[in-house]
Amino acid sequence: MTYIPLDNTDVLLAAALLLINGLISVAFALGLGRSLLVAATRMVVQLAIVGLMLRWLFSSVSPWLTFGFALIMVGFAGYEAMARQEQRLAGTWGLGIGMFAMGFAGISVTLLALTILLRPEPWFQPRFAIPILGMVLGNCMTGVAIALNQFLSQARQRRNGVEAMLALGYPREKALAPLLKSAARAGMIPIINSMAAAGVVFLPGMMTGQILAGVEPGQAVKYQMVIMFLIAGGTGVGVLLALLGAARRLSDERHRLRLDRLKS
Amino acid sequence: MPLLETRGLCHQRLRCCDFSVDGGSVVAVTGASGAGKTQLLRALADLDPAAGEVFLDGMARRSIAAPLWRRQVAYVPATPAWWADTVREHFEPEQIASAEALLRDFGLDSKALDWPVDRLSTGETQRIGLVRAVARSPRVMLLDEPTSGLDRASRERVEKFLQRLLREGLAILVVAHYGGRIVESADRRLVVGSGGAVTELAP
Repeated sequence: MTYIPLDNTDVLLAAALLLINGLISVAFALGLGRSLLVAATRMVVQLAIVGLMLRWLFSSVSPWLTFGFALIMVGFAGYEAMARQEQRLAGTWGLGIGMFAMGFAGISVTLLALTILLRPEPWFQPRFAIPILGMVLGNCMTGVAIALNQFLSQARQRRNGVEAMLALGYPREKALAPLLKSAARAGMIPIINSMAAAGVVFLPGMMTGQILAGVEPGQAVKYQMVIMFLIAGGTGVGVLLALLGAARRLSDERHRLRLDRLKS
Repeated sequence: MPLLETRGLCHQRLRCCDFSVDGGSVVAVTGASGAGKTQLLRALADLDPAAGEVFLDGMARRSIAAPLWRRQVAYVPATPAWWADTVREHFEPEQIASAEALLRDFGLDSKALDWPVDRLSTGETQRIGLVRAVARSPRVMLLDEPTSGLDRASRERVEKFLQRLLREGLAILVVAHYGGRIVESADRRLVVGSGGAVTELAP
């Protein structure tokens, strides 16, 4: 394997491309300058810190440290998923449902990949566990945030229809089913589009990274396929769990719609 | 034994109230706009959390599963809402035959089952909303302004039909600002006053 090492000057030169975005924002009065700067700065700082932490984590190869790091990633994913929702559940539920759903889905799928597919020695090696979990969580987060936002917004907008069903004696599972179905579809669309377009419209990041690092393209493609399937499986489980949890919270044991449990 | 009875029923702005409704009788609920009449009906239908207890035929509501309760104590809002594209989809397959007959009773074409709900007029919406509830054979109906969007002929048809159900033992709680035969012939009257106090008017 051969790869071309980059230094800080290369990163700075690449960052100069942001100036083009800045100029477009100014020229068309888009007001994106500040957001671009904040997002780019966040990306640089976050990745630099993660780089340092990964270097330390990879050298230790401890199952507890790996698990602890994974939990921190789940925590951030839960927060990000909540922050992306315009409509969310009030209190700790707003954070908790997404976090639990993504944590369960992400960690299960990663464990499956480590113990059955890749089988590194030892299986908890952070060099494999953390990047896989990161990719699954990142995509699962998008799906979960879209699905939850769609479900909770629709519950408010279509309240009368849902309550009409409840008032006629339908159980909450049936009254909320149309909303849950459309939210699940919305949550799965990004990964479906991503799979359909992979290799035709874009070359996936991980595969590109491996090829740049000198991996034989056939192997890089196989890795990418496995990762895409893991992401699809993880997103499906995450979206399902998040929606079931949200539906449970947005109704009660007397089959009432509880919009008072939404953050106003 | 009354068909429907409340003991200490309180709901948000409503003060705790006790009253009962016999089978075959009408209780008119009156009060100023915003006093809480709709809240009272929703609380009886168990659509909002409320303190106190409600009994149907002596059985406590808490001992009856909520969907079963609402099939027997049916709430029909002033503007019935839809959850599917056509009228037909709002009925269970086994209710279609009775729905066709009910539509005719309410002065509508039985082909109305295939009408898209987004093209229904206010009067059609109200009548189909009532048909949808009646087709499920409730024992108590909680009607919120059931004839407010109807012309005189349609209102009389609906009232005539409801009176037939009353003779069969149905109990009705009805909110109606503009009166009508059902309200005028009410056996009892409840007034929801400012401050949410529910009192019974002397006959």
